[in-house]
Amino acid sequence: MKYAYYPGCSLEVSSAAYDVSVRAVAELLMIELEELDDWNCCGATEYFSQDELTACSVIARNLALVEPRLDQLIAPCAACYLNLKKTDRLMAEDAAMGARVNECLAAGGLSYQPGRVRVRHLLDVIHDDVGESAVRDKVVRPLAGLRVAPYYGCQVVRPAAEADCSEYPMKMDALFTWLGAEVVHYPVKAHCCGGHMTQLSEPMAFELIRRLLQSAVEYEADLILCMCPMCQLNMDAYQSRVNGFFQTSFRVPVVFFTQVCGLALGLEPTRLGFGKEIVPAMPVLEARLGAAPAASSR
Amino acid sequence: MIQHATDRRGSAFLREVIENTPGGQRILHCLQCGSCGGSCPNGADMQYTPRTVFAMINADEREKVLTSNTMWCCVSCYFCTTRCPQKIPITDVMYCLKRLAIRDGLAKDTDAPALAKTFTNLLDKYGRSFELGLASRFYLFNKPLAMLRMGPLGFSMFTRGRMSLVPKRIKNIGQLQAIIAKARQLGGRS
Repeated sequence: MKYAYYPGCSLEVSSAAYDVSVRAVAELLMIELEELDDWNCCGATEYFSQDELTACSVIARNLALVEPRLDQLIAPCAACYLNLKKTDRLMAEDAAMGARVNECLAAGGLSYQPGRVRVRHLLDVIHDDVGESAVRDKVVRPLAGLRVAPYYGCQVVRPAAEADCSEYPMKMDALFTWLGAEVVHYPVKAHCCGGHMTQLSEPMAFELIRRLLQSAVEYEADLILCMCPMCQLNMDAYQSRVNGFFQTSFRVPVVFFTQVCGLALGLEPTRLGFGKEIVPAMPVLEARLGAAPAASSR
Repeated sequence: MIQHATDRRGSAFLREVIENTPGGQRILHCLQCGSCGGSCPNGADMQYTPRTVFAMINADEREKVLTSNTMWCCVSCYFCTTRCPQKIPITDVMYCLKRLAIRDGLAKDTDAPALAKTFTNLLDKYGRSFELGLASRFYLFNKPLAMLRMGPLGFSMFTRGRMSLVPKRIKNIGQLQAIIAKARQLGGRS
């Protein structure tokens, strides 16, 4: 299975652990990723707040750059995923908008036919395209005894519920059951992490982050699994600020789902970007799963 | 007096919002049920919940809406959108209100427009986001004191190799800039 790959800006540096683990896991699961050449930033939520046509045109350049021989594009970042999908849909549903975006693309010698590229999230691809039996066959180090809290956040499951249920998504739960982990069912797994609010209003953002950490801890999760760089950043890098703000003492590791998935598939932690998280994840992983696999494994 | 939210004659502001929101006609179907505000993680911090905003839009309370904090509390989680029984694209209406407030200089008591502008200026220049550049410019010009509090966080990101000191520019930045220039020239929805 071959897919175009749109890493997005966060995966280049601040969430490099996501990028390396996405690539490593994809390779083992026979998901062939071909990085989109010269992709540009999707504008996150910031261009849509200012100018819709520019927002869509900037995003559509990426859709237009997908090679004609490929018709699916994987975006691991929730914001990129939503923006790419949303632009494709806006262009398809509003022909006048589609025409105007194409007029803008033409200024750069490009064009895009709405609907040509299907935008996917990697979780969706692993769950639906690879599937349960192929995943189970690849498990060399079952995650038995590890209590994981799958965190979906917002923008992959809403507004288009195509990838999963928008209220109580289950695909990551299913994946980690296949990998042998104990999946924690906690009520806030698709609630909001606050997005860019950490930059605008700390009281508002920290309260949203606190609710997530609190719930995961109450349900005795060993760690939280993310599928979006912003969610990971907010819950991990801001965790000590949240503790300071509320006089709490959370110390929950927050990592990308692909990192822990990679462990179950037998990859070494060093190949999966462990150590980049601010709240260290290796102590609890080693306590539950034993020492890291020998260098000879994978 | 606030008109009924489904009044199809509509105020000038109602027509403006519909015009500038993809799928905006759905606003006409608002039942005033309040599922939106009840679903919003920041509803309690909003001056007016989306339900109230829809009634105000209908009543032509343009300035009151555009100077309120409502849309700046929105973090694009889309809970309201997926739960609205009338399928109003509420998050997109919030984006529309943000655009109108920024365009008309009505945004009040929020750094959100500055954050958006700083972010997209970097995008226009490099074609990629540049987190250190974004954070330093945004804090320096908008909340210099908060910058000090960000120090330890920035340091721990840096020591873990999660922060780049230099921006990365895409190869074909000229192409992207030509696309952006054309979009500006054609004028977006607002």
